[in-house]
Amino acid sequence: MRRRYAVLLAAAVAALPALATPAAAQIKIGVTISTTGPAASLGVPQRNSIALLPQEIAGQAIEYIVLDDAADPTRAVANARKLIDESAVDALVGSSTTPASLAMIDVAAEKKVPMISLAASARLIQPMDAQRRWVFKTPQNDSLMADAIAEHMQKAGIKTVGFIGFNDAYGDGWLAEATRAMEERGIKLVAVEKFARADTSVTGQVLKLVAAKPQAVLIAGAGTPAALPQKALRERGYRGQYYQTHGVANMDFIRVGGKDVEGTVLPAGPVLVAAQLPDSNPIKKAALDYVTRYEASNGPGTVATFGAHAFDAALLLQAAIPVALRTARPGTPEFRAALRDALEGANELVLTHGIADMKATDHNGFDRRARVMVTIQNGAWKLLP
Amino acid sequence: MDADIALILLQDGIVNGAIYALLALSLVLVFAVTRVVLIPQGEFVAFGALTYAALDEGRVPGSVWLLVALGMAAMLAGLAAARRALTAGGVLRLAVECLLVPALVLLAAQALPPRPGVVVEALLTLAIVAPMAPYIYRLAYQPLAEASVLVLLIASVGVHLAMLGLGLVFFGPEGYRATGFSEERYRLGALTIPGQALWIVGTTLALMLALYLFFERTLAGKALRATAVNRLGARLVGIATALSGRIAFLMAGAIGALSGILIAPLTTVSYDSGFLVGLKGFVAAIIGGLVSYPVAALAAVVVGCVESLSSFYASAFKEVIVFTVIIPVLLWRSLRAPAEEE
Repeated sequence: MRRRYAVLLAAAVAALPALATPAAAQIKIGVTISTTGPAASLGVPQRNSIALLPQEIAGQAIEYIVLDDAADPTRAVANARKLIDESAVDALVGSSTTPASLAMIDVAAEKKVPMISLAASARLIQPMDAQRRWVFKTPQNDSLMADAIAEHMQKAGIKTVGFIGFNDAYGDGWLAEATRAMEERGIKLVAVEKFARADTSVTGQVLKLVAAKPQAVLIAGAGTPAALPQKALRERGYRGQYYQTHGVANMDFIRVGGKDVEGTVLPAGPVLVAAQLPDSNPIKKAALDYVTRYEASNGPGTVATFGAHAFDAALLLQAAIPVALRTARPGTPEFRAALRDALEGANELVLTHGIADMKATDHNGFDRRARVMVTIQNGAWKLLP
Repeated sequence: MDADIALILLQDGIVNGAIYALLALSLVLVFAVTRVVLIPQGEFVAFGALTYAALDEGRVPGSVWLLVALGMAAMLAGLAAARRALTAGGVLRLAVECLLVPALVLLAAQALPPRPGVVVEALLTLAIVAPMAPYIYRLAYQPLAEASVLVLLIASVGVHLAMLGLGLVFFGPEGYRATGFSEERYRLGALTIPGQALWIVGTTLALMLALYLFFERTLAGKALRATAVNRLGARLVGIATALSGRIAFLMAGAIGALSGILIAPLTTVSYDSGFLVGLKGFVAAIIGGLVSYPVAALAAVVVGCVESLSSFYASAFKEVIVFTVIIPVLLWRSLRAPAEEE
């Protein structure tokens, strides 16, 4: 008698989840970003940007499920599987760093879920193959930014360059891109040094760089640790031109660098200097709108370009979802395939970082309009003409 | 590589080595008294640097609230540990240690004017970060005081991960710098010696002398040495071993915070950059066999110089070279002395 009750109770409990499933179609977007760990300065603005997004698109309720992966590829993959298997998301956004995103490609392709990465490396979407057709990315390719730096060097008549970068995937990727971009323009790399993010001093590397007497130095770091080699070079009396990458495009870098980073030249997404863009630039409106909304909820001067990448991913989805809804219902594999096709069809879509023109072979879609050269003047970013 | 560059690298190695020496000394101290391998020592360095940087910017540092929270948690842990033999005096002493001290520090942090000068900021940083160490000892290690070294090591890893997470919550993900004790630069031939470097080396030497005097000339120091030599014997002669453990942790926390204050002007410190610095101090402590202070301090200077030279010759492999130094030392030690189970 008791056993029969127990079996009935178990059956009733097992049937409960089926009752709880809502009948209404709801679009779910799974987000896995690095809000803790070494890439927290990327993930925290991204999470804050997701909080600004609308809860409804084209009449459908939209839900963003945000998980943290601490820039760990294993956790990113686990989060992706969890989001797809348990939460039945229609699209994935993430991760914030290249290694974690590369690991997620396999999951997205296997489960046929479109994925929009917020990481910088071009390897995520090139060369295009059966797996990468499910992957899109919103940050500009490193190659685009490296070309911008090399062009600026060429115009300034610089022939010899010293390089010092992180001894991880970011620095290695930039070394490869910078070498290629500079060789195409006849600029020679005379010294290559590496340093770790947590280093307390880079004296040895800086001595080697100064001894090679380059006309300019390119520092391939991200965030506040990239200020260390620049300060050390200034201490040694190096007087050439300093170049940084777009990984330092936030106010914390200027705060930590102080006077030593005045006059640095770097490429950046247009959202960094949104207010200084000419009014004829179509990106200005989207960028200013994002900046005002972000600073309204997080305080003045807190906007970071990394958060804008997450916002751009949402803008891509907002444009693609109405198109996909015409052919399929949310929560079905057909909807995910239609969403992928709709994302690929984005044509001259204005985002905060540029204008996206997606093609089957180019899942980033940005061109020269997605970058500007800026310099640091009086502790603020200044757009270079 | 000429003599000038060699001198500059040597100077850099000595300055870095002095910081690693401070950390190695505190690691050896804690291990000798409590048999705990203090992996979270790097976190104290980072907390000290970030607290000092926050005070330097004129803000109330987030670590004050962490101190209050840890104090309250340590109070509960202390009450739970003594639940079978609570006395009014015992509870009062516990309350003074765990509740009054953080309250006073909180009041001081709020009452001081913004940017009161580097000396006051440094003292306040020490007052905020150093008491966290005995609270962590009460919470995580005192219940495990009789456990094996391996269990204490596992607990250390757990404490390190917890403090990393707390650091992110209370300090945020970004990096900070601060103004140093001295902005001077002294020229000595080809060398440019920054005043901050002199402060670092001077503080390390002064602390080593102070530690020596403490252990040789004071009763408390001798009590700590007795606990280190034989824990049970020390208890038999009336030395409170738990108190010794907390004092050792307090000293380690203070030394860690001081190291953080000294390196804050040199480099950008964020909540996770203390681990690597602490690990290099750990390499030096290992070379000293986790028992010998002079060997650990000397080894730390050697580690600093090796790091400096390898950053010049092979900067991509600098970390590899520094940590590979442990392997021949461990091989030599294990071949020389037979293994003894505790």
